[in-house]
Amino acid sequence: MTRYVMVADLRRCVGCQTCTAACKEGNGTPPGVQWRRVLDLETGTYPNVNRVFVPVGCQHCAHPPCLEVCPSTATRQRADGIVTVDYSLCIGCSYCIMACPYDARSLVGGEAGFAFGQQPTEAEAARAEGKSLGVATKCTFCAGRIDAGTARGLVPGQDPEATPLCVNNCISGALSFGDIEDAFGPVASLLAENKSFRMHQSEGTEPGFYYIWDKGTL
Amino acid sequence: MNRSLASPHQRNWDLRAAGNFVFGGTGAGLIVTAALAAASGAPFRPALAIGLLSVMLGLSLVWLEIGKPWRALNVFFHPHTSWMTRESIVAGALIPVGLIAVALASPAAVLAAALPACGFLFCQAHILRAARGIPAWRQKEIVPFVLATGLAEGSGIYLLAGEQTLPWLALALFAGLLREGAWLAYRAGLAGTPGSARSLGIFDTPAGRLARGAQLVALVVIALAALLEGFPGISLLLACTGGALAALAGWGLKALLITRAAFTRPVAVPVIPVRGSGGDPLRR
Repeated sequence: MTRYVMVADLRRCVGCQTCTAACKEGNGTPPGVQWRRVLDLETGTYPNVNRVFVPVGCQHCAHPPCLEVCPSTATRQRADGIVTVDYSLCIGCSYCIMACPYDARSLVGGEAGFAFGQQPTEAEAARAEGKSLGVATKCTFCAGRIDAGTARGLVPGQDPEATPLCVNNCISGALSFGDIEDAFGPVASLLAENKSFRMHQSEGTEPGFYYIWDKGTL
Repeated sequence: MNRSLASPHQRNWDLRAAGNFVFGGTGAGLIVTAALAAASGAPFRPALAIGLLSVMLGLSLVWLEIGKPWRALNVFFHPHTSWMTRESIVAGALIPVGLIAVALASPAAVLAAALPACGFLFCQAHILRAARGIPAWRQKEIVPFVLATGLAEGSGIYLLAGEQTLPWLALALFAGLLREGAWLAYRAGLAGTPGSARSLGIFDTPAGRLARGAQLVALVVIALAALLEGFPGISLLLACTGGALAALAGWGLKALLITRAAFTRPVAVPVIPVRGSGGDPLRR
């Protein structure tokens, strides 16, 4: 069984936000909406301070709280673990936004506007038809690219045409993607060789987003 | 060690969403009180009508908030796990049964409406409880608080729309004390939850103190109304004042809870990455 996950190597992430920009460009999200964000965390007290860049977004949980609360069944989970939103069913109640422990969902209603003045970019024009306005939206792991790629026999996470845009564009190799059930795949190897955690594990959501923080196994 | 960012406030549910919890809760509590009145031979029809209108007003406010109001019927699609769907289904039973009860002035129909009214309140409490992204809502103690405040508000409004005699004053006082206990338990639970300091701080703002003060004053005033039952004019005035304060206090606390105390869950990074050990840069 395929289970797509993303891995962020926190040792490598430099906080450049290229993944954020690539996601916005590719998905045409409205101004103010970022499906892939990079948080800049500063901790400690001078002179003992640390700075960590943490890519965040939909964690494509195995047990998604958003799916549980959605009253319209617009939020669904594919067999490969990707959590999706059916824009034609969603009523825009925002309940899924309240249920997400990762603050990964957004809702923009009415006129969303464009990033650069009155004219939409190519990607914005694609969403200008309004399907994604007034409904909950979030990272899809670029499911369209994955589906198109796998239909051509490509491997997500290894072939760029079948890989999420944020991963393709990451300048430091911090982001990786793939099928965690593929024991010999790059994602499984990365997680086997490094120490990692998942956010809010106590919630029991089983996120599909891993954060590597050191070499070696736990 | 846990390192987390200060979390932002939820940006999607405003006073319209709060209106469903405010008016829906009061309405359901009032319908339950009207059923008790019907069972004991007290007047119930105005209270029942106001209760139903209140529930419908709350639902209408939610309808004004959702992004795709003309698809609102899709809300019924997920009864298996969604408390919002369940609330809608229960409301779908409550409103027609309640309208029949108002039209026929039938005590039996009011009692039949009380069951979905209880269910409606129960669903509202669990809608908040299931919102796992908002620590102030997902406290288990929020369920008894929402139930108790609905009953306190409803029995308070009954003092305005029904009778002001001792049994109804006693009910309002009991419900108010129940709410007081539930509120204290909720606050204690929240205080024990990491990252909830800012939510607690909202209840210590002037608005929070005002709502809390109204809750306590309502208890005192209703108790006085009961003690002074022998002086009908004074007792009536106190009962109506206490009832109104009991409702206003609940509305204020719920409005604060939904719109201002609802901070999202903070991002948590349990470990600091070990810099410079990211491995061979050409490996990937």
